[in-house]
Amino acid sequence: MVKFTRGFGSHHGERDPRLPPGQYDTGRTWPVLTAEATPRLDTATWTFKVEGLVETPTTWTWDEIHALPPSVYEGDIHCVTTWSKLGMTWNGVSVDALLDIAKPQPTATYVMAFSHTGYTTNLPLADVTGGQAWVAWDAEGGPLAREHGGPARLLVPHLYFWKSAKWVAGLRLMDHDEPGFWERNGYHDRGDPWLEQRYQGD
Amino acid sequence: MADATRPSPWQTATVVEIRPETPTAKTFRLRLDHPSDHLAGQHYIVRLTAPDGYSASRSYSVASPPDGSPDIELTVERLPGGEVSMFLHDEVVVGDELEVRGPIGGWFVWRADGPALLLGGGSGIVPLMAMLRLARNTDRADLARLVVSVRRPADLYYASELPGPETTVIYTREAPPGASRAPARLVLADVAPVLLADATVYVCGSSPFADAATDVAGAAGVAVDRIRVERFGPTG
Repeated sequence: MVKFTRGFGSHHGERDPRLPPGQYDTGRTWPVLTAEATPRLDTATWTFKVEGLVETPTTWTWDEIHALPPSVYEGDIHCVTTWSKLGMTWNGVSVDALLDIAKPQPTATYVMAFSHTGYTTNLPLADVTGGQAWVAWDAEGGPLAREHGGPARLLVPHLYFWKSAKWVAGLRLMDHDEPGFWERNGYHDRGDPWLEQRYQGD
Repeated sequence: MADATRPSPWQTATVVEIRPETPTAKTFRLRLDHPSDHLAGQHYIVRLTAPDGYSASRSYSVASPPDGSPDIELTVERLPGGEVSMFLHDEVVVGDELEVRGPIGGWFVWRADGPALLLGGGSGIVPLMAMLRLARNTDRADLARLVVSVRRPADLYYASELPGPETTVIYTREAPPGASRAPARLVLADVAPVLLADATVYVCGSSPFADAATDVAGAAGVAVDRIRVERFGPTG
């Protein structure tokens, strides 16, 4: 049941079809929302791991992950706090390329992304495969800023952006779902912006 | 606990009082059709819907403490160009009904169950005020210390209620007449004297403030895993 708001007019023009329900276009600004202190990570000691239910648990250094085939995402991102940023360009490596090396076991169905800060977020394996997810280190033509998750963050742009773990350290493949940081704190386990899966129970 | 982190469906709230806090901030007291206990630090979403179905929603921290009341208070900064905050400031009057959803958030919350240092920048004081009010209401003011940073005296929210042995106001651009501290950003000397042993630190404000405040807390010896941060972006 939607209730109209007295005095809130209809003069809002065309709504951009790229905006999921309840989202607004933040324009050129890029809000920062983080629950933790912003870490300083040194790319000289940075690593990314794929572990858990894989045939070949693998750790990449900064140089090693950059030696993998580059992959670009061009499109939109959607934060659960209702802003969307449209038409972005990101560079990094496809999660598919990492999983091709680590080789998920047949029983793997979910992943827990974990960060160098201890942050975690859970995703179905099917949401980070098939060209839908990246480990990204460049955004809008330059190195990803620390406050936005640099030196590298997970990028899963078809889900709300808390799934795109900042300062990502790796993926753990699992045969079951379990809630990550925000998911334990009331947020949805999947987080599809087009279905407005913001909170547990949505 | 599980219930406290699971927000209600959308519900109607009636505006029962509007108070100015500063020239650009107002507190809206909302009576909920379906009252729900919140935790200090949680927020609600306000949704505006036009006759053509267009809607806009934003999150606002609850400033009132959990006290069993059917009302919540949201303090809203009027952001130029912010379609929701401008509407709330310029159009909404007592008696209006608004759609709200909440309470939301299970991380940036404090239950007055351990020592806390609350560091707020500007409008970032709002969720911390719920924590301070909770501490004072439950005779646990000994557990809470609040430091709020504002540009100038006119920017301070809750100015008449705030003063007390557990609160410090620092000014970054212009201090009140007679102030002993020259205007400056938050530094270690502002925080170290009020840091209680084993305190959890709650930082709320703009992103630059949050970075500066977490650095200061770290310099004061607070472990990173005891610092909880809520940043205000330009969310209109």
